[in-house]
Amino acid sequence: METFNGLLTAVVLLPLVGGLAILALVRGDRNIRLFAAAIALADLVLSVIIFASFDQDGARFQLIDRFDWITSASFNAQYQMGVDGLSAPLVLLTGILGLCAILASWNITHRVKEYFFWLLVLQTSVMGVFVSLDFILFFLFWEMELIPMYFLISIWGSGRKQYSAMKFLVFTFLGSAFMLVAILALYFVPGVGHFDMIRLAETGAEGIRTILPLTVVFWFFFVAFAIKLPVLPVHTWLPDAHTDAPTAVSVMLAGVLLKMGGYGLLRIIVGMFPGIAADHALELTILAVVTILYGAVVTVRQTDLKRLIAYSSVSHMGIVLLGVGSIGLLSGDFAGIGLNGAAMQLFTHGTITGLLFLCVGLIYDKAHTRYIPDLGGLAGRMPFITLAFVIAGLASLGLPGMSGFVAEVLVFFGAFKAYPWLTAFGAFGIVLTAGYILWMLERALFGPARPRFAHLKDANFVEAIPLALLIVAIIGVGVYPAILTDVFKAGLEPIAALVQP
Amino acid sequence: MTGHDIYLLSPELSLAGVGLLVMALDLLGARKDWLFFIAFAGLALPVALSVVLWDDVHSGGAMAGVFGSISIDKFALFFKFLILGVAGLVVLASVDYVRRMERLKGEFLSLIFFSASGMMLLASATELITLYVSLELSTLPIIAMAAFLKTDRSSESAVKYLVLSGISSALLLYGMVLVWGFTGSTYLGDIALAVAAPGDPDVPFGSYALLVGIILMVAGFGFKISSAPFQMWVPDVYEGAPTPVVAFLSVASKAAGFAILLRVFYIAFPALELDWALLFAVLATISMTLGNLVAMTQSNIKRLLAYSTIAHAGYILVGLAAVSARADDGFAAGPDSLLFYLGVYAATNLAAFFAIIALTSKTGSDNIDDLSGMGRRAPVPALVLALAMISLIGVPPTGVFIGKLFLFSAAIDADLAWLAIVGVVNSVLSAYYYLRVIRVMYIEEPAPAQGWSPYPETSSPPFNLALAISAAAVVVLGVAPRLLTWVTDVAAGPLRP
Repeated sequence: METFNGLLTAVVLLPLVGGLAILALVRGDRNIRLFAAAIALADLVLSVIIFASFDQDGARFQLIDRFDWITSASFNAQYQMGVDGLSAPLVLLTGILGLCAILASWNITHRVKEYFFWLLVLQTSVMGVFVSLDFILFFLFWEMELIPMYFLISIWGSGRKQYSAMKFLVFTFLGSAFMLVAILALYFVPGVGHFDMIRLAETGAEGIRTILPLTVVFWFFFVAFAIKLPVLPVHTWLPDAHTDAPTAVSVMLAGVLLKMGGYGLLRIIVGMFPGIAADHALELTILAVVTILYGAVVTVRQTDLKRLIAYSSVSHMGIVLLGVGSIGLLSGDFAGIGLNGAAMQLFTHGTITGLLFLCVGLIYDKAHTRYIPDLGGLAGRMPFITLAFVIAGLASLGLPGMSGFVAEVLVFFGAFKAYPWLTAFGAFGIVLTAGYILWMLERALFGPARPRFAHLKDANFVEAIPLALLIVAIIGVGVYPAILTDVFKAGLEPIAALVQP
Repeated sequence: MTGHDIYLLSPELSLAGVGLLVMALDLLGARKDWLFFIAFAGLALPVALSVVLWDDVHSGGAMAGVFGSISIDKFALFFKFLILGVAGLVVLASVDYVRRMERLKGEFLSLIFFSASGMMLLASATELITLYVSLELSTLPIIAMAAFLKTDRSSESAVKYLVLSGISSALLLYGMVLVWGFTGSTYLGDIALAVAAPGDPDVPFGSYALLVGIILMVAGFGFKISSAPFQMWVPDVYEGAPTPVVAFLSVASKAAGFAILLRVFYIAFPALELDWALLFAVLATISMTLGNLVAMTQSNIKRLLAYSTIAHAGYILVGLAAVSARADDGFAAGPDSLLFYLGVYAATNLAAFFAIIALTSKTGSDNIDDLSGMGRRAPVPALVLALAMISLIGVPPTGVFIGKLFLFSAAIDADLAWLAIVGVVNSVLSAYYYLRVIRVMYIEEPAPAQGWSPYPETSSPPFNLALAISAAAVVVLGVAPRLLTWVTDVAAGPLRP
């Protein structure tokens, strides 16, 4: 049955169409920048409309676009897009960070046309992952993201960019290869024969007889999402990719690409394999705690600002997995609270880390170094950047009143009910976070002013827009978290209900 | 030979007729660009006749002819269209390239058409001797064409192809003799009846004669589809032969080889399905893995594509391994997926080779490293080559992505999850060397200008048209696969009992 609303199709395809228009029509670096920003702004407006028009009390999946896409004698896939409470905030996040990434690329001068083309294609593919509700379409966008990322890192990156780009690609591609097998194994089951994620989400995929043991299918999916999230020990591509990527790409990578992994965990691992996930919740929680602690310990030792934030991302994404692991015990008042926290963490980490990378990018542009011992005393020279950096840092360490706090509190509440001892260990990661963030801010920004930084200027207007945008998002959600938690709750309640009916 | 037989053979006959006409006009001194025009326009005749035949054949039905040795069904016609399409694009794309040859000879075009008519006949053959004759008809002209550059490498590749195709033909004949000896017939339908009787359960394929016979036949066909371990000729021939010939060889020849593999094994040996499915699964594994691993070490773009084509023969063999007896619902998705893959692979590989024709005319060499900076110097062909590489990896939104999706899903449907895993892991491996080509073109700093290239520019409208059609097909089939699946679904019909 065909329905077509068009809003989601538009939000996904607009950046791609805009990118193609840039390639074909727009001349001159300045025009290209302005055009790309206009496209990203329009896409942000669309994503705000989508988020605002999501009805928490309505049907589980809304704004559906659906028609037959691949039809053959033995293989049928649909073009099906829709949002629920889980994906609507992530669409909004992608819209916000997409615009931030374009604005953060204002000083790109090398091969400008291609750069903005790939950045916009990247946005299309990430957006597509969040709204696709047919496994083949989902996989198509999941894979499509590889090519723009490969080019963006290897052409506009720095340092060992070729190595990092290839490493990123091979890790992700390997994960998705296993995911493909898992997707196909779900399809070829008597009585299934469709890739419809809505139907699978309603009932869960369990209880069907696949040609591979269902647990194997489960772990194949998990590997793909664990690489993307990333989880120890398959996280090693992330610090390399982050360190060598240009600023805007780091923003997209940390802000939304990692969220694809978290989204997959919630939508597929928990949402479709609730029983198996609950059975293995202990393993997931152990992995999460190891990732949190390892990430935090390694972060403390970093001297490169970008690498530091990259490793802190590993630690913070471990918190998402911890929230997922809390399904080991879902009961009573705490039902689903850990899952809510995990979903919140996806959004808040996206905005916080996006802001951190923007600040680091600006400092690097101006001071030409990211080496922390060389920095210091910047606060007097660039007050606005310092303010943004401090806000992002404080949000990152979970200061109440900012968005990071809400997410972490929810996750730890949920996880503590399920695995008190492990969670107590994991919470130690928060202490370390406070340590390395404050230490970093202190060394990089404060202290006596240095003469060689005397000529540095604060952020200009274009640079300040994305900073302001993200500050508003961080504090807004921190002060009034219900704007997100209510939506996430609407999306996660049906999932939590599957785990323990 | 009745009038009806001539009607059934009309696409092949008319194609060979156009070939003869071109050759005669060349002897009479017609202008070269006229030869190309006549050759290309002449293709309309066999295409039109095939359309008439397609219309005449009932869905799933067949028209047998020439004493039952050929069968015109939608399966055969699918391949006729595919091969005619490939031949047409190759003719367009060689307009500029032929100036690299000492003297353009009309025979070049005639030979492509003769070979293509052999391949088309092969797709409808249902009798072993007809099959053998059409196989030779499709191979011999390619040997002559491989030597057309008259360089050492080109001649060497022709001799290599001659010797190895001779050996493989001998193996094939020997295998056919054994099968004939065992079954008493050369007609595929009669062979099927003889084989259907239960054989010795302890011996694979039911008897030693069939075991040896079938393995020898697979070796003969394996040469044609360039699957490992019958791939020794591929890299050398690809490197030395003229690029348009390689494009034709890598796509049309492979398609024809798979056509006859499907026909022989689905029509003559359906009773032994489980045995040969396993054989093909093993061959697929070897071919994919070997092709991809060796491709990583190549520095010549044509050799790289040679190993890539070996790997792709492996992917396509997955479709042969996915047989109905293994599927839960008794419906084999293998043949449909295989036909679809051949279509998208044809588009992709042609796009790649055409782009290489254009790029090497600028660099004057086939070295991958010499392609550096081509993203700027020759943006359009570089883009097409990059697109083809992305498609060959199997990354959306391209045709081969959907093709691989179909093939691996057929494998999983046929309870061959391990083979699907081998396939996807191989796709990951292949990303390494395909991306290297893209990296050189777009990311590495351009080498100092080469200045002079010995080859003529390739920018004529026919060439650009061929490049555009093949590149567009790669993307269009990746976004709207229905444009091809409706044909492949029908075409796989005759293989199903």
